[in-house]
Amino acid sequence: MLKRPHYIALGLIVFLTLVILNLPGKTTARLKLGLGSLFVPLFGLANSVQQLGGKTGDAVMPRSELVRQKDALDRENRELKLQLMQADGKARENDRLRQLLGWQAHKAWKLKPANVVLREPSNWWRTVQIDLGSRDGVKLNMPVLTTDGLVGRVSAVSLTRSQVVLLGDPNCKVAARVENQNRDTGVIGGSGPLDTGILDMGYLSRTADLKPGQNVWTSGLGGIFPKDILIGKVLDSHSEDSGMSTTARVKLAANLSALEEVWVMMEP
Amino acid sequence: MSWLNTLFIVAATFLAVFWEAAFQGVRNLLGAQIDLLPPIIVYAALCSNLLTVCLVAFFGGLCFDSLSANPLGISVLPLFAVGFVIHLWRDLILRDQSFAQAVLGLAAGIACPVLSLLLLLTTGRPPRLGWGTLWQLIVMSLGSGLVTPVFFLLFEWVHRTLVHAPAFESSFRPDREIRRGR
Repeated sequence: MLKRPHYIALGLIVFLTLVILNLPGKTTARLKLGLGSLFVPLFGLANSVQQLGGKTGDAVMPRSELVRQKDALDRENRELKLQLMQADGKARENDRLRQLLGWQAHKAWKLKPANVVLREPSNWWRTVQIDLGSRDGVKLNMPVLTTDGLVGRVSAVSLTRSQVVLLGDPNCKVAARVENQNRDTGVIGGSGPLDTGILDMGYLSRTADLKPGQNVWTSGLGGIFPKDILIGKVLDSHSEDSGMSTTARVKLAANLSALEEVWVMMEP
Repeated sequence: MSWLNTLFIVAATFLAVFWEAAFQGVRNLLGAQIDLLPPIIVYAALCSNLLTVCLVAFFGGLCFDSLSANPLGISVLPLFAVGFVIHLWRDLILRDQSFAQAVLGLAAGIACPVLSLLLLLTTGRPPRLGWGTLWQLIVMSLGSGLVTPVFFLLFEWVHRTLVHAPAFESSFRPDREIRRGR
């Protein structure tokens, strides 16, 4: 049934695929970036279309709505200024006390905004691509967050784009701490394929004092994510079958399904 | 003019990969993104030559993996396997029937991701799997089954537009005309 061209095609494809799959990591990464760059004109086109849509929306928005939005933003701005003043006072006090104790002062986060340009086309990974690359100073494993909370970390970098592996992906585990009296620590791991906003926090002590609504923050352990970035809130918890540890379900603070703009933490 | 058809199918493959990465409406609605490469490989296997099947599988698979966290090249073999098998049996398939196209799209839509997942597990990179994966496979399969006949219509329209229709030989011959009357 199989003719000579069939054997040739089959052999060629299998051979080429095996060669590509066995290439060294660096070569594969370069090949990926090269192929990915073929899509750059289309990213630009898609962005332009989105911007055009946004501008059209702005043009047809009634003045009363714009005035209402401006008033709301002014009010929010005033509230934030007051909060900033309070926070500045507390930060100064904190620095002074740290100095008195001889502890190292907290460094301010250095953040860079980025736009999400593409999402993972397959259903079994959870990644996005952003429009910042190595020429903007982005490096591997830099944390990525939104104003709501932690999103993930940079997993691959090209000159103009970077891949961000999101929370819930098997390749993105985060050392986390629950905001309670015991300051229970655990690891935020993967999630089910359909749960985009709820993750499991495992390796918690079996005596952990977990209550729904408690905040979960990065613990700073593990060396990739700095301390005190909000991850989400505890939904509920259950003891593992072995009885050795507890697992909590955590509702993420950031909405990973609707990511448009993110912040890359250049220096923690 | 088959090269023009091949070129168009490969271009469609490229655009399909971009669509999957850029537009997330279906994923946000149903929890899974529809894969457009299986319908294209079904069309290529039924209506084009083996070279086109190879090109779509290789180029499409590499493009898909370049935008994904998949290891580069992992999607090539499943696409090629599906295209190759359909191409071998193409003479026995009623390729003009929308129902046959939809059934093949449905089968390809489930075979490609399952083979990809098996390959991923073989290479030691376990992806996110669970009961939700079944729902995702159902969505991918149904989506592929629905899209395949649409792709057939689209590709055939483009084929008609770009490629000259073959001139059929008429059975009429002036020298054999029977002249009636005197």
